[in-house]
Amino acid sequence: MPTATRRRPAASLGLHALLITASVIAVLPVAWVLITSVKGGDPFTVAVVQQFTLGHYRDVLAGDFPRWFANSLVVAGGTTVVGVLLAATAGYAVSRFRFPGHRPLMWMFLVTQMFPMAILIAPIYTILVRLGLIDTLPALVLANCTISVPFCAWMLKGYFDTVPVEIDEAGRMDGLTPFGTFWRLVLPLARPGLAVTAFYSFLTAWGEVAYASRFVTSQQRYTLAVGMQSYVGQFTTQWGLLTAASVLVMVPAVAMFYLVQRFLVGGLTAGGTKG
Amino acid sequence: MTATISPPPEQARPSSGASRRGPGRRLARSWSRHWYAYAMVTPVVVVLATLVAWPLLRGVLLSLTDATTRTIGNPRFGVPDRSRGVGLRHYTEVLGDSQFWTVLLRTVVWTGSCVLLHYGIGLVLAVALNQELRFRGAYQLLLVLPWAVPAFVSTFAWRFLLNTDNGLVNAALAELGLGRPDWLGQSNLVLVAVVAVNVWLGVPFMMVALLGGLQAIPAELYEAAEMDGAGPWQRFRHVTLPGLRPVSATVVLLGTVWTFNMFPVIYLMAGRNEYAQILVTYSYDLFASGQLALAATYGVLILSILVVFAGAYQRALRTAAVT
Repeated sequence: MPTATRRRPAASLGLHALLITASVIAVLPVAWVLITSVKGGDPFTVAVVQQFTLGHYRDVLAGDFPRWFANSLVVAGGTTVVGVLLAATAGYAVSRFRFPGHRPLMWMFLVTQMFPMAILIAPIYTILVRLGLIDTLPALVLANCTISVPFCAWMLKGYFDTVPVEIDEAGRMDGLTPFGTFWRLVLPLARPGLAVTAFYSFLTAWGEVAYASRFVTSQQRYTLAVGMQSYVGQFTTQWGLLTAASVLVMVPAVAMFYLVQRFLVGGLTAGGTKG
Repeated sequence: MTATISPPPEQARPSSGASRRGPGRRLARSWSRHWYAYAMVTPVVVVLATLVAWPLLRGVLLSLTDATTRTIGNPRFGVPDRSRGVGLRHYTEVLGDSQFWTVLLRTVVWTGSCVLLHYGIGLVLAVALNQELRFRGAYQLLLVLPWAVPAFVSTFAWRFLLNTDNGLVNAALAELGLGRPDWLGQSNLVLVAVVAVNVWLGVPFMMVALLGGLQAIPAELYEAAEMDGAGPWQRFRHVTLPGLRPVSATVVLLGTVWTFNMFPVIYLMAGRNEYAQILVTYSYDLFASGQLALAATYGVLILSILVVFAGAYQRALRTAAVT
């Protein structure tokens, strides 16, 4: 920001031109979906408003969409709860204690995030077959936990690092056990971090495509990412339904995102730099 | 879990003779000092062991058999597992297959161009947003939108925009007299299309991460550089870039791994279009068509490539930091 006072008008103009162009590119596809979802007739027309209708929304809500939405909520919610609950204590332990096995564990959290679903999908599939969980929602929660548990532990470690150690020391002086310190003092202070981690892991599970497309086969158990593919046929695509469903999916997601976005990157990179 | 929390027997009788020296003793001491840490990490370790390590091991073993969905059987219905071990046959087959190398090359091109564009565009926008200017908040709000929208939704939006005959992109191109390219057809153009969409999706994360890094660079450094007569470019070169190093190192590594493994964008944009296949989607297709062992082989190869890359990357960073 030090250059601001002496920037020439031409430079300012260039800066704004750059940012306006980038913003248009960022927003246009999303805006176009919104516009198309209320168009009657030919969805491809370049006209911005044409035969305004809410019919597509009515059709989408009358179909399987609400069920898929509920399924996605169950899968993403389940994954988040399991991930955050399990990872919270582990994240705290690796943030505070230096115990033998600390480094390998941190290393494992990092490497597991490198795992392509390609290597896990076949073995997890055979395990799910054995457990009789194929075509159930818990199967998806289990599969998503392979991503969310190490990820949450990594993120939460970053957030616990930002809580001053003096708090722990004060707790211990007052006679709290390590668990008591964690539960009564540190956890409440890390609540924003918990919220962000939960949100992030929810988003990841919400948009998961690979496992969801394979482990669930009956239409009434589809998640949104799978179900919406059925609007896209081989030869024809129901663009009206697809765009209306897209809007219904993205409005809550975008609203939530803007509420927490300024905390998102901090935790992710903090874990990496302070490791 | 309660079993882990209760004090270990060694601790209960600490003076059980002078003979208890050496490693056993040290283990007991380490346990009594660290047992709460172990208790806290146990749930995660158990879950990772059963959900990641165990499947990983099974994946490696699976790649050494001839398993397909038909031969693995189903114990629920009393169908026995009839797959047999075939040793390293799949590996020699895959590595001797030109298809693998074609897909690997495409994966490298895909990852390289995506990460380069993510980082480059992200840096330009972050530097722009780091200036004092009007509407900065508004710009930032609009620019992060592609990150906020779930990826599977935006890929559908892009398929709509890139539709060959009627899409908005081609309508604009035709207006400019550039024709109507078949973006998602059977040619290398589809790779350009998926890279473009993935860049659109990934730039906001880079931008926000780098902006955070920029704001962490102390203003005094810029002032000092200015006093020494450094111009804008020199300040960028000698203050901004070195200051961004820690953040850059992390996001480039994360970005590379994520892009290398990126599945939904390619799968939902291009389906099984062979001109857009990267290793992950290729392996997924093998799995979907029931060739479990071959899919696992690809999985093992992908993971090996990534681990080698991450190791080399860390080493390169360390040497760069020393010099």
